[in-house]
Amino acid sequence: MIRHDLVCPAGTPAALRDAVDAGADAVYCGLQNATNARNFPGLNFTFEELRSAIAYAHAKGAKVLLATNTFPPAGRFDLWKEAVDAGVAFGADALIVADIGVCDYAARTHPGQRLHLSVQAAASSPEAIRFYCSEFGIRRVVLPRILTVPEIRAIAREIPCEIETFIFGNHGLMVEGRCSLTNYATGLSTNMDGVCSPASQVTYSREAAGRMSSRLGEYVIDSFAAGDKPGYPTICKGRYTTACRDQPYYAFEEPVSLNLGGLLADLMRAGVHAFKIEGRQRSRAYVQAVVSAFRQSVDALLAGREPRLADLVALTEGQKQTEGAFRTKRWR
Amino acid sequence: MTETMPAGPGLTLTLAPIPFHWEAARKRDFYARIAEEAPVDTVCIGETICSKRAPFFEPFYEEAAERLRRGGKQVVFSSLGEVMLKRERDMTADLAALAGDGIEIEINDASALLAVKGRPHRIGALMNVYNEATLGYLAGRGATHFALLPELPRERVALLAAHARGLGVGIEVQAFGRASLALSARCYHARAHHRVKDNCQFVCEEDADGMELRTLEGVPFLAVNGIQTLSYGYVCLLGELAEIARAGVSGLRLVPHSLDMVAVAAIFREALDGRIEATEGEARLKALGLAAPLVNGFWHGKAGSQRITPAGARVA
Repeated sequence: MIRHDLVCPAGTPAALRDAVDAGADAVYCGLQNATNARNFPGLNFTFEELRSAIAYAHAKGAKVLLATNTFPPAGRFDLWKEAVDAGVAFGADALIVADIGVCDYAARTHPGQRLHLSVQAAASSPEAIRFYCSEFGIRRVVLPRILTVPEIRAIAREIPCEIETFIFGNHGLMVEGRCSLTNYATGLSTNMDGVCSPASQVTYSREAAGRMSSRLGEYVIDSFAAGDKPGYPTICKGRYTTACRDQPYYAFEEPVSLNLGGLLADLMRAGVHAFKIEGRQRSRAYVQAVVSAFRQSVDALLAGREPRLADLVALTEGQKQTEGAFRTKRWR
Repeated sequence: MTETMPAGPGLTLTLAPIPFHWEAARKRDFYARIAEEAPVDTVCIGETICSKRAPFFEPFYEEAAERLRRGGKQVVFSSLGEVMLKRERDMTADLAALAGDGIEIEINDASALLAVKGRPHRIGALMNVYNEATLGYLAGRGATHFALLPELPRERVALLAAHARGLGVGIEVQAFGRASLALSARCYHARAHHRVKDNCQFVCEEDADGMELRTLEGVPFLAVNGIQTLSYGYVCLLGELAEIARAGVSGLRLVPHSLDMVAVAAIFREALDGRIEATEGEARLKALGLAAPLVNGFWHGKAGSQRITPAGARVA
């Protein structure tokens, strides 16, 4: 029987303690630089904070996974080496890696260190996953959010490592690790700088009739009626016009969040080992509420009971939720 | 009049795979003309974006490849950029099996990497190669040539090119055409037409250069090509050729569009050989009927949608 892990986000040391106290089996976090994919001001850990956070988690029986999952640009590889070395030195239970060079460095320099393949590596087939397992000894793959549950079940039978899937949180539409939309609009790269829609490039402007426009760089991403709460401008959740449509439309996806609360049992049966909650950039209240809710659901399922799904819609982006690609191929 | 210095006479020209869904007959005609007239050294063929499109041109690969070889071109077979489904895994495995023995393949997804270990292959422009360590690792297991991602700025390209030179492998940068910005599992062409990927009815065929998206202010922004999102602007590095050559890059990559690609290739060849200046080359490109403005921001480390002058100023 698989012991399913609940893997929770920690953007700050305080959030990490909250997540551990709320029942996380593991928390994931990053250092205060471009080595992780949530490189936002005010977020993430100093070396010293990471060291004490790991001690706190271990004392409470929880694991810490260090995200070193961006792609070092040529000439800057040392920063990623430093992050990997620090994670190992402080006793991180696993490093989350994506770049082939970083995978190779971690595997060669720290043999035996547990490595997880980040969603940023976009390994979506058994062959791709087996490449990383065979070359770098990857022990767990975080699957891209583009597969249905039956497809995940099929993959699980063909790979020699564990599977982690996202179950809740912000839901990017592009394959992670393969998107440079932000760089096209701002000059900052998601893969190299660890930022998607960086706040420094976001503006809101008042338009006619009290409407509000949100922008990334110079591009308007969406517009909101007076009184509506303006959403955060992410390119793949924006509204655009095109020749075959009379009206502006969400060309990629509406502002919605992923919530697989209703698919947890199916995912367990499909052979998923760990469930991941997105949101290192979110508040402590979010982390507490979401982690507690999923802790109860996972425990109920493991005990053979029907879980009571907490209503988390208020915590989701745009207060709308989706099961994304997981429920049906028609999402595609 | 001063004589123009050849910017990069030693640089090769590669025609990238056609990213768009063109009718099979159109592709046949396209490659026939490229074979006979285009001054390119290498032509990559193969469906890299959507496995549903692949069967249409499959009967013609041999013929197209043969024609291109007779025209003196090196032919490279490119693999799919996103591999999930059984048919996509099979396509990728079949292609990987060809590597070596005189057949050149270009890999666009990690799904093909294990199978080609120890046999020569190329790494395509949809693969994440950002640093010397990744480049060195892949070269160590058989990669001979790397087409870099369009978002890499010049300082990073120069470091990668220097490393590649030391390893004896090639480095190519995209010098023309819309830049690939993102891949998804969802088909945005189908979505725009109120369909989903499984019943798309190949509506992407309607847009030979991609489907343009504008912002709510009417500013052109992106171009949709099935599961791929491209830049609205056409990357053009004509003004940067000398710098690219100095950086040690071995070749330029031209992404096919519906305008006269033979003429586009000729412009780049003449500019590399010093027969025309960048300004003349750009004027000739524009005269071919470009669907969008030229951009080069990524190369200069700026927003990819921008156009930067040789002096580093932004063109409004």
